[in-house]
Amino acid sequence: MNAFLLLVRRDLALGYRAGGALLPIAFFLLVATLFPFAIGPDAKLLARTGGGVLWVAALLAALLPVDRLIAPDRDAGVLDQIATRGISDEIVALARIVAHWLSFGPPLMIAAIPAAALLRLEGATLARLEAGLAIGTPGLAALGLMVSALTAGLRGAGALAGLLMLPLAVPVLIFGAGSLTDESGSGLKLLAAASLLLVAIAPFAAAAAIRAGRE
Amino acid sequence: MTGAALAFDSVACLRGGRLLFEGLNFGLGPGDAALVIGPNGVGKSSLLRLAAGLLAPAAGTIRREGRLSLADENSALDRHVTLARAIGFWVGLDGGEVCDVARGLAAMDLLHLSEVPVRMLSTGQRKRATLARVIAGNAPLWLLDEPANGLDTASLERLEAAMVAHRQSGGIVLAASHQPLGLIGAQTLALTAA
Repeated sequence: MNAFLLLVRRDLALGYRAGGALLPIAFFLLVATLFPFAIGPDAKLLARTGGGVLWVAALLAALLPVDRLIAPDRDAGVLDQIATRGISDEIVALARIVAHWLSFGPPLMIAAIPAAALLRLEGATLARLEAGLAIGTPGLAALGLMVSALTAGLRGAGALAGLLMLPLAVPVLIFGAGSLTDESGSGLKLLAAASLLLVAIAPFAAAAAIRAGRE
Repeated sequence: MTGAALAFDSVACLRGGRLLFEGLNFGLGPGDAALVIGPNGVGKSSLLRLAAGLLAPAAGTIRREGRLSLADENSALDRHVTLARAIGFWVGLDGGEVCDVARGLAAMDLLHLSEVPVRMLSTGQRKRATLARVIAGNAPLWLLDEPANGLDTASLERLEAAMVAHRQSGGIVLAASHQPLGLIGAQTLALTAA
């Protein structure tokens, strides 16, 4: 467990150094600022579509650091060194998911407050957006890491990562955006299910990809 | 460091559909050393990766007792942090203390660079830092891939002294090198093109 915390701490420090919290927040707020320019100042239309736009922005923000979650450490021999210490690749992948989530999930939830003001979202919608982000971003982090491990070492990994990740994120997006107008809470439950599934399979899929890359 | 052991039993190595070597047998106990020699591309690094458990043998079994420490061409030290912190991360994972970091740095004469970021180190200094990481790791089994590459004469002597001390305390050294490395009484594993 101590080793797990050491891994998370290192990955988090690396994440923050490479732009970590600031980059997703800036990206997220930029989208929230640009969208009213594109749509026009119609407050009703903005309020109706704004939540969905913020979900798309959150998805793309999770994609931003995907090319540096695995590949640099793989090339620098860090993953090999961890493996020779008897720490399984699944633990490494899980630690990276936690660190990746910490570097963009909570910052996005904070950035969602000013973004909601820019898009004229109501208080109730913002509350549902925050709940959805809290539930959905771990799934996006897991998906990002899985795709990062799968594309590590390939040429044009960044573009390929986007092509791989975006379709797989569709369930999170549908249930996340759907929960914004859903009073019953069933949207959030389905979002939790989609997110949980991604978090559950990602460490194993990513570890298998890391092992395959070692051959 | 008692009870450390490394044994290959008729091990074969297959990389990319090409057979690098087969029927490799050797055993190392506390205080033993082996030097892997052979031309480029014959599978020296693959042998070390097999010993480290990073590759699976195509045939045969590998028995390993005790922790291991691998030094290959990758230093695996974070470039933007100081040398002491970069080595300290690995020592922390190994369950070591701060004094282990200082001991490793001192053994490779790097103490004066301990507060310098890793990215500022020269190639030779980075190689020494890789070896300092191994020394600081306190593992009984050392796997060294071309440890003498890029080292000056003084550093090479320090490496040899570190290996002698390591073997005297019951450690094992398996090194792949084109140089003798001062490994007195070491087995020689000569790989030839299959």
